[in-house]
Amino acid sequence: MTGLLLEDVSIGGLREVSLAVPGGQVVCLSGPSGSGKSRLLRAVADLEPHGGRVSLNGTDQQDVPAHQWRRQVVMVPADSQWWFDEVGAHFPDTAGGQFPAALGFPSEVMGWSVSRLSSGERQRLALWRALVLEPEVLLLDEPTANLDSDSTESMEHWLSGEIRRRQIATLWVAHDPAQIHRVANAHYRIQGSDLELVHGSD
Amino acid sequence: MEVIDLAWWKLGLAALLVLALAATGYRSRLGISRSLLIATVRTVIQLALIGLVLEALFASSAFYWIALLALVMLLVAGREVVARQGRRLKGWWAFGIGTGAMFVSSFTVTVLALTVVIGPEPWYTPQYAIPLLGMMLGNTLTGVSLALDRLNDAVWRQRAVIENRLMLGQTWQQALEDIRRDAMRSGMMPSINAMAAAGIVSLPGMMTGQILAGSPPAVAVKYQILVMLIITVGTGFGAVMAVSWGGRRLFDERERLRLDRLLKP
Repeated sequence: MTGLLLEDVSIGGLREVSLAVPGGQVVCLSGPSGSGKSRLLRAVADLEPHGGRVSLNGTDQQDVPAHQWRRQVVMVPADSQWWFDEVGAHFPDTAGGQFPAALGFPSEVMGWSVSRLSSGERQRLALWRALVLEPEVLLLDEPTANLDSDSTESMEHWLSGEIRRRQIATLWVAHDPAQIHRVANAHYRIQGSDLELVHGSD
Repeated sequence: MEVIDLAWWKLGLAALLVLALAATGYRSRLGISRSLLIATVRTVIQLALIGLVLEALFASSAFYWIALLALVMLLVAGREVVARQGRRLKGWWAFGIGTGAMFVSSFTVTVLALTVVIGPEPWYTPQYAIPLLGMMLGNTLTGVSLALDRLNDAVWRQRAVIENRLMLGQTWQQALEDIRRDAMRSGMMPSINAMAAAGIVSLPGMMTGQILAGSPPAVAVKYQILVMLIITVGTGFGAVMAVSWGGRRLFDERERLRLDRLLKP
């Protein structure tokens, strides 16, 4: 089986979650805050001890060194962190040249200081920072939470295009039913300790 | 030149000055009097006792007594390293890492200095071994506890950054790089500062003591240089080991940040 596969994953309040995300598809997760959406993403990225099995293209998570796993299964947290002074220092040297116009930054952004970025700008750059690693799986924790409605839609559009073009299996935590309708191939809602399928592939 | 012995009642005069300071502190509510008095009493009792121990030790010169004293010094230093950390590793890890790092660095460097550089006969002659080890442990203790305190505190504060770096596929060493450098710097700073200021701003205590005891300044200076060099080396290696073992323990075998292994202060 290609893509991301979760079998009987247990973490926090969630029990025995099973889920398949084929390459190039977006599976949205929703649920009340505190229901464990972010922790499920953390389990898939292997950032927290968890039960069950996670595999990518048939390779088990526990069979590869953790940093190599996370190199392929990249998580973008809800509030991205920036630890160098300049934006460009967080990117590999080659990332500046192919900077996508859809993100709405001038090409000098790599020389900007991180402290002048707004939270929405940080979020957009964090998505690009994850994509330049050329991951097989993206784990997105409310990637448009700090954006206004205009840039939300253009980001969604750009991101869905990249996901399809690069054939990335994507788990996307979202609140907004309209957004889920626009981007999801499948949508699961967290109900207590289980995942419940809301609608199938369109 | 004969050393002038100090009568106990003369020390009482110095103690009166401390009492005067404590009284001043009490009247102006500086909140230091209590700890000042306790520390004064501790220093008198501890030093008087170690004086008795050293007298006995110098008389016997048996290796196992010296080794026993060295062990006691190490364990007390290990306890002190634990006490000086705000957030520390749970269980025996804080004590084990601190004590282990101090043992490897202080003992190795002290034994090396004794056998190769100074060369008394036998090499563990207590007159040389005990003061040297004491100075080594005292300074390594400061370095190791500063480095570990800084490491744990910075990891706690910057957990979001560390985890974000892990999410981008960095190894735990890469994610900890900056913090490790900071922790090393705080551990090494006191000995580097002491070396930079030695002789110009401050006359180091050991040299002063040796000169008071009648040594020619040229000899005292050479000993002081030796001691400062080996103190810096011991502190440095101690901090390197403590930071790398402590950093390793903050991550598990899957390179996850494990803050649950830290105790709340």
